Amino acid sequence: MMTTMKQIKHHLTDELLMGYAAGTLPEAFNLVVATHISMCDECRAALAEYEAVGGEVMMSGEPVELSEDSLEATLALIADNAFRKEEAKSAAKTSDIPAPLQDYIGGGLEDVKWRKIGGGVSQMILPTSKDATVRLLKIPGGTAVPDHGHNGTELTLVLKGAFADEEDTFSAGDVEVANEDLQHTPVAAPGEDCICLAATDAPLKFNAFLPRIAQKFVRI
Amino acid sequence: DTEANTRLMWVTQIYAVRDTQDKEAFAELFSHFAPRVKSFLMKSGASHDVAEECAQDVMATLWRKAHMFDPAKASVSTWIFTIARNRRIDMLRKQRRPEPEDLPWGPEAEPDQADAMALQEETDQLGQALAQLPEKQRTLIEKAYFGDLSHSEIAAETGLPLGTIKSRIRLALERLRHAMK
Ligand SMILES: [Zn+2]
Ligand SMILES: [Zn+2]
Repeated sequence: MMTTMKQIKHHLTDELLMGYAAGTLPEAFNLVVATHISMCDECRAALAEYEAVGGEVMMSGEPVELSEDSLEATLALIADNAFRKEEAKSAAKTSDIPAPLQDYIGGGLEDVKWRKIGGGVSQMILPTSKDATVRLLKIPGGTAVPDHGHNGTELTLVLKGAFADEEDTFSAGDVEVANEDLQHTPVAAPGEDCICLAATDAPLKFNAFLPRIAQKFVRI
Repeated sequence: DTEANTRLMWVTQIYAVRDTQDKEAFAELFSHFAPRVKSFLMKSGASHDVAEECAQDVMATLWRKAHMFDPAKASVSTWIFTIARNRRIDMLRKQRRPEPEDLPWGPEAEPDQADAMALQEETDQLGQALAQLPEKQRTLIEKAYFGDLSHSEIAAETGLPLGTIKSRIRLALERLRHAMK
């Protein structure tokens, strides 16, 4: 089970919470949002509000007539044996990361298949729809990710350790939302590895020549 | 307030489905919600036939998951919206939907009656506040939920600058939050 995060300083934006409630974000972003909410009571409460707004938007719409046998067809669907009562998900498995992320890894952090991508950094890309990508990143303490800008939105959620950039310091549970205006060089805090969940909907813009070449091979 | 009473009646109907597989209670929920779920799906871009099939599926899911409904956490309209939204992602976009981990709860936690009541009333106030929003703000909120559009796509469609869209939505949400206090 998750240990409760002591103090999360950096939260999801209203736009992300609303997009998640509305169901309009790419799957990769949904995973970061669901993982942060699993760790953050404040954003969980905000999500409940956005979902309530969605419910009232749905209720305010002009009702559309159903087909004549709609209720009978639904009752037949319910009577169908293949359509069984769904059990509540069993409580969180014993792991150090939230359930939605475990589902995508197929286990805990110990099950991650890390691949080196240069500069001491390792990653594992998680399978999602193609409109955005999400990966786990492991950055050794004190190591920097090359200086880069963003063509779209980048969400970085810290799972373990911490990193700092030109904006602020981010520790476990914190999420950094970067976009076109931000140019940064994230550096892992000295000490333990920093493990992050990072999603992007467009390739990053690296300034140095070498990372630009490497970029092709690691799909960052 | 009669509207809030209607909402409590829906809660009772879901309990009747859960506890006694009450088909009459289900038929009442169906006649109220299914046409709105269908409408929601059609505004999200589903054809008439797909929306019909999907709405039936959403209502069947309500039956199947009735034991998981918690009126202290969500009103019936909110809960059905989340089922419809997930079905839409599954059916129209063919994507998985990662959901937050459930909060760990104590054994046999029966939802508190007063909490449930307060939440149904708050949601009702929210619905009224939404109806009273200035037209422009309400339309943008609806587009964000119905239209399967991001804020920047709304900007492209309405021709309004992205900053204007964001500030209008923020303003509308502030009003809604204020109404819920
Ligand atoms: Zn948060
Ligand atoms: Zn970045």
